[in-house]
Amino acid sequence: MHEMGIVLHLAKTLDETAAEEQLTKIGKVVLQVGEVSGIMTDLFVDCWNYFKGRHDVLKDSELVLETIPAVTYCDNCKGTYETVKYGKECPYCHSGETWLLKGSECIIKEIEAE
Amino acid sequence: MKRITLNATVTASNERDADALRARTKAMGTLLVNVMSSAGSGKTTLLSRIIKDLAGLRIAVMEADIASDVDAERIEALGAAAVQVHTSGMCHMDAGMTAAAFDALGDERFDLAFLENVGNLICPAEYDTGAGKKLMILSVSEGDDKPLKYPLMFKESDALVISKIDALPYFDFDLPRCIYCAKKLNPGIAVFPVSAKTGEGMAALEQWLLDCVNDWKTN
Repeated sequence: MHEMGIVLHLAKTLDETAAEEQLTKIGKVVLQVGEVSGIMTDLFVDCWNYFKGRHDVLKDSELVLETIPAVTYCDNCKGTYETVKYGKECPYCHSGETWLLKGSECIIKEIEAE
Repeated sequence: MKRITLNATVTASNERDADALRARTKAMGTLLVNVMSSAGSGKTTLLSRIIKDLAGLRIAVMEADIASDVDAERIEALGAAAVQVHTSGMCHMDAGMTAAAFDALGDERFDLAFLENVGNLICPAEYDTGAGKKLMILSVSEGDDKPLKYPLMFKESDALVISKIDALPYFDFDLPRCIYCAKKLNPGIAVFPVSAKTGEGMAALEQWLLDCVNDWKTN
């Protein structure tokens, strides 16, 4: 299960951050998840709630997910469009020379901690 | 409670582990190649052929599978060093798991160490294992539309091996279209259509590997 791997990495990254910043308790974790990151958010939160209990610093934390819309750039007409709605082909000029600008990322934006 | 802005990727800890493993293998002169593909693309058969053909190189293979030791046994039968890694259900290898597998190979020095990743075109593309090069295999029987379906894998790879080309007459696999689509996603990707069975195309792939090993050791 893909989500499990990401959750394990998230927990490890936060554990290391807590050690560096000398934090004892992380209360809130704000995660930005791209629309086409491939992460299933419901499953991700379930997985997080299961694994956070294994880390003292994370056990009372709350995961907040923010969605980053996916945007594609067209190299032919130099326009941008919504990736999820139109896919790989530009809706304006029908070129296939298009590149994802954003929407595949998964970023830890901020945490609240003490 | 204080608010701390991180703006770090979720896998930041993995990226640190990956950079550490890359630095370590660089210092040892061992090129780690992350081999990724679907299940059944012929990874182990291809590696077996490379081990036989490049007998002058010291080669090791780390076999990652969800279960069983069958692949490692096949590699060991050829006289190369092999370790089997069980990922316990995980769909990919990360840098920490790769470093542990590399350590399990022992103190012997290798020129080339292959990581045979879990058979799947999705998750392995997303994790930096600490390898110096990434090679993906697409077999003719999987279809020429795969660059369109799994773009990240094609974008991330340094080389694309199109395997089982001896079977081309039996499948509607459009080789030029597949290469065109892969190059569109990743203009720098090196493409090698091969048959590990007949040996066709293997010389070019093996020369590429030799060049990569020399480059890794000298630059």
